[in-house]
Amino acid sequence: MHKKGRFGIYGGQYIPETLMRAVLELEEAYERYKDDPSFVKELNELLKNYAGRPSLLYYAKNMTYDLGGAKIYLKREDMNHTGSHKINNVLGQCLLAKRMRKTRVIAETGAGQHGVAVATVAALMGLECEIFMGKEDTERQSLNVFRMKLLGAKVNVVTSGTMTLKDAVNETMREWVSGIDDTHYVLGSVMGPHPFPTIVRDLQKTIGKEIREQTEAAEGRLPDAVIACVGGGSNAIGSFYEFIDEPSVRLIGCEAAGLGIETKRTAATIATGSVGIFHGMKSYFCQDAYGQISPVHSISAGLDYPGIGPEHAHLSDIKRAEYVPVTDDEAVEAFEYLSRTEGIIPAMESAHAVAYAMKLAPAMRNDQAIVITLSGRGDKDVASVARYRGVSINE
Amino acid sequence: MNKISDAFRNKKAFIVFITGGDPDIETSEELIVAMASSGADIIEIGIPFSDPIAEGEVIQRADERALANGCTVDKLFEMVERVRKKISIPLLFMTYINPIFRYGKTKFMRRCEECGIDGIIVPDLPFEEREEISRDCKEFNITRISMIAPTSHDRIRMIAEGAEGFLYCVSSLGVTGVRNEIGTDAVRMIEESKKVTDVPCAVGFGISTKEQAREMAAVSDGVIIGSAIVRIIEEYGNRCVEPVKKFVKGIRSAL
Repeated sequence: MHKKGRFGIYGGQYIPETLMRAVLELEEAYERYKDDPSFVKELNELLKNYAGRPSLLYYAKNMTYDLGGAKIYLKREDMNHTGSHKINNVLGQCLLAKRMRKTRVIAETGAGQHGVAVATVAALMGLECEIFMGKEDTERQSLNVFRMKLLGAKVNVVTSGTMTLKDAVNETMREWVSGIDDTHYVLGSVMGPHPFPTIVRDLQKTIGKEIREQTEAAEGRLPDAVIACVGGGSNAIGSFYEFIDEPSVRLIGCEAAGLGIETKRTAATIATGSVGIFHGMKSYFCQDAYGQISPVHSISAGLDYPGIGPEHAHLSDIKRAEYVPVTDDEAVEAFEYLSRTEGIIPAMESAHAVAYAMKLAPAMRNDQAIVITLSGRGDKDVASVARYRGVSINE
Repeated sequence: MNKISDAFRNKKAFIVFITGGDPDIETSEELIVAMASSGADIIEIGIPFSDPIAEGEVIQRADERALANGCTVDKLFEMVERVRKKISIPLLFMTYINPIFRYGKTKFMRRCEECGIDGIIVPDLPFEEREEISRDCKEFNITRISMIAPTSHDRIRMIAEGAEGFLYCVSSLGVTGVRNEIGTDAVRMIEESKKVTDVPCAVGFGISTKEQAREMAAVSDGVIIGSAIVRIIEEYGNRCVEPVKKFVKGIRSAL
C-alpha cells in the first residue's frame, strides 16, 4: 500500500480518474513552490500586509476571572482580513493557482467564510471566481452571499441532497471535473483527496506557530491546552500541528453536536460516525449501515458537515487529540457569553470552542493556561442567533 | 478469456446502465430481463448512493428515487440472484467505494459472486487506490473495470496494462449525462490503450442517440449508455419497460 497522503490509515485519493491529473499537477506544483523563496516571500508579504498577520493572542481577563480557573487566551483569527482563518489557506492556494497559470477558481462554502475569502483573493489577484453554497446555507448566511457577490464572485445555489456544505462540495467537485484545464478548486478545509489535507494544514499551521511564540512571550511557557472547533478541521489542525510533539499540551477539537449526540440531529463525526471513504478521503463519517452519508445538523453552517479531515481521524485514533461534542444550545450560550464578557462576538463555529473552554477552565488551576482559537468573527451569525432566540429583526 | 470481454467477441458491445431500485426493485428486475432480450450485451446496475459525485442530474435524481423507495445493497443482491436464473449476460455493479467499504469489502465481493455479479465499476477508486479492493475482487472472481478519461494522458498505459474485462473510456470531461456533442478525445485514448492491451475499449458518458452510438462504436469496441435510459425511466415510472426495450432495440440496430 502506498503511503502518499496518508495519516495512519486515513486520507488517500479516492476520486474519479478525470480528476487524478489535476490533483497530481497540484501536488507537483505545491512541492515545487512550497519552499521556493520567491513564492514564500510573496505569500508572507500578503499574510502580513493584506491579511494582517500575525493575529493577536489576547488575554481574556474578564472571562478568566469569571470562570475562576485557568488563564484564558484567545487566538484572534477573527481579526484577519475577511474575518476568519480561511484567508491563510486561500492566499496560499490562489497564489499557487496563479503559478499554475489557472485563470479561474471555484470553491465550496458552508457558513460563507471560505467563500468570502476566496472571492476576496480572487478579486485581488484577478481570478475569475465561482462559489458553490447549499440553499439552506444561503438562507441562514445571506449576508455572506451578498458579500461574495459584491466582491465579484458568482454564487451558485446548490439544491441537491441536504442543500448544505456536503452538497456544496459535491457540486464543486462536479464543476471541477468539467473544467480542470483552467480551473483550480480552492478546497477550504483539511479534507478531500491528497494533497489538499496536507496543503491546507501547511497553510494554516502558522496559527499554532504564533500561539507558541505568543504564549511563550506572555507566560514564559507552552499553553496547557489548545482548543478549537472542528468541522473539516482546518483551524483546529492549524492550531494543533505545532504542538503534536509536545505531550504537555492538551489538544481539544470541538465538534458540533447539534441537538445532542444521542439524537440524529447532530454533526459530531468522531462521537457518532464510523470509518468510511467519501469526498476523496478515508476518514470518519456520519453514515448508515449501508454507507449512505447521513443528513447532519448544526446551528453552525461551517460545522454542518458529515466528515472530518483525515489527520484528525488519525490524531483521534492515536489519542493525541481529544474530540468533544458541543451542542447548539451550549454554542449559542457561549456566543452570548463572550459577547457580553469580553466584547467579542465570535463566529458560531468558534463559539463551540468557547463553550468547551467554559467547562474546562474552572476545573484547571489558575497557574495553567488555555488558548482558544477564535476562528472567525460572529457578525454573520447575529441574525441567526436572533432567530434562535425568537427575536425578529430586520437585517 | 474473461466472460465480460467475451461479450465483445465478433461484434460491437452494447452496455446499458440503470440505477438499481429506480423507480423500484420490481421494475429494475423487469428492465434487466427486458434489456437483455432486446440486445444489451452487458448490464451495469448502479447501487444508489446519497452523494454520487461523478453523476449528472439525471442519475442523481434516479439515486434519490431509489433510496427514497427503500433500495439497499441487500435488496439488490436478492434481486440479482432472482434475475440470474433468467439471463446469462454479464452483470456489473456500478458503485461508489463507500457502500462497498461499509458493507465489508470481503463480504460484499462474496455476495457478488454468490448472486452472479461478474464485475464492478467504482468511479471514485482510481488506479492509485485499486488495492483497496483488488484482493477481494480476485478472491471472488469479480472483475474490476478500469476507467480512463480525456485527462489521463500518460496514465493511460499504466491503467490499460492492468485492465480486465473491458476498459471504460470516459468520452469527455464532466459528469454523466446526455450531451449534444461528444469530444474526439476517445479516438486518441483508445489508440493509446491499444498499444498495451488487448482488452476491449468501450466508450461512455454523453451518448444518447443512434448516430452518436454508431459514431463511437466505429472508433471503439462498444458503447455504454446510461443517462438516456434513466431519463426514460424517469419519464415513464413503473411503465418504463416497453419504452426502454424500444430504445435499446433501436440502439442495437444502429451498431
